[in-house]
Amino acid sequence: MVVWTESELSIINSIFSSLDYEDIGPKALCRCLIVYPWTQRYFGGFGNLYNAAAIKSNPNIAAHGIKILHGLDRAVKNMDSIKETYAELSTLHSEKLHVDPDNFTLLGNCLTIEIAAKLGDGFTAETQGTFQKFMAVVVNALGKQYH
Amino acid sequence: MTSLTPRDKDTIKAFMAKASVYAEEIGKDALCRMIAVYPQTKTYFSHWKDVSPTSGHVKKHGITIMNAVADAVSKLDDLKGGLLSLSELHAFTLRVDPANFKILSHNILVVMAILFPEEFTPEVHVSMDKFLAAVALSLAEKYR
Repeated sequence: MVVWTESELSIINSIFSSLDYEDIGPKALCRCLIVYPWTQRYFGGFGNLYNAAAIKSNPNIAAHGIKILHGLDRAVKNMDSIKETYAELSTLHSEKLHVDPDNFTLLGNCLTIEIAAKLGDGFTAETQGTFQKFMAVVVNALGKQYH
Repeated sequence: MTSLTPRDKDTIKAFMAKASVYAEEIGKDALCRMIAVYPQTKTYFSHWKDVSPTSGHVKKHGITIMNAVADAVSKLDDLKGGLLSLSELHAFTLRVDPANFKILSHNILVVMAILFPEEFTPEVHVSMDKFLAAVALSLAEKYR
């Protein structure tokens, strides 16, 4: 059972309320597809991913990035039951999308980088630690229904 | 393991020309973050009285490490050869588990994103990630 301190809850809420999901979502997903190109394997039907410029201007990718951030928002709104909140999403990613769970961590890394760039000095070591703990819980929950 | 393309090398040199001015700051912050966010890495520094993220030892060591990373840019065409003695140090004396190189690399990239929010584009990010991975691989060369 994940235990969150008051400080950690406050940090997570503060991070997410400072984010524009329509901006950060697309940026994080684009970064992931560019930095870890093998992740493009899951986006075969999304159109032109031929190079970084194409990825960045692809509207399907942008829309999907926003979707992902809203998905994370569900975890933020249910910090004490992330595993339950994500049970269906986990089954979806495993049975329908067939995403290797290691990829969740890669996207998490890219989101960390985008948030670091946005918050600057505000992304202190403590903030980073809390955010990475949150992402680890999310990643774990998303991987729970795999078998 | 992928090798660095000519474009990677150009990107790395260009970005590091800007970043190496801040090598000390990057090194200090990256090592402090690593110790704070990944407490298991503290085990390598048990010989220091103060292993808190704000300790003077940690800051100084961060500087040492980042200066070496900046120096590795000049050895881009032969990282294995250029980092041979550092590899021997890490293999026989320090015996740092190479998994930790990845952890430190991640924290270096986070600090770069903080210091260079505009310049640290995905294209720069991928080349820098490859560079740090290549440095880590060369450091692990002599392990076994």
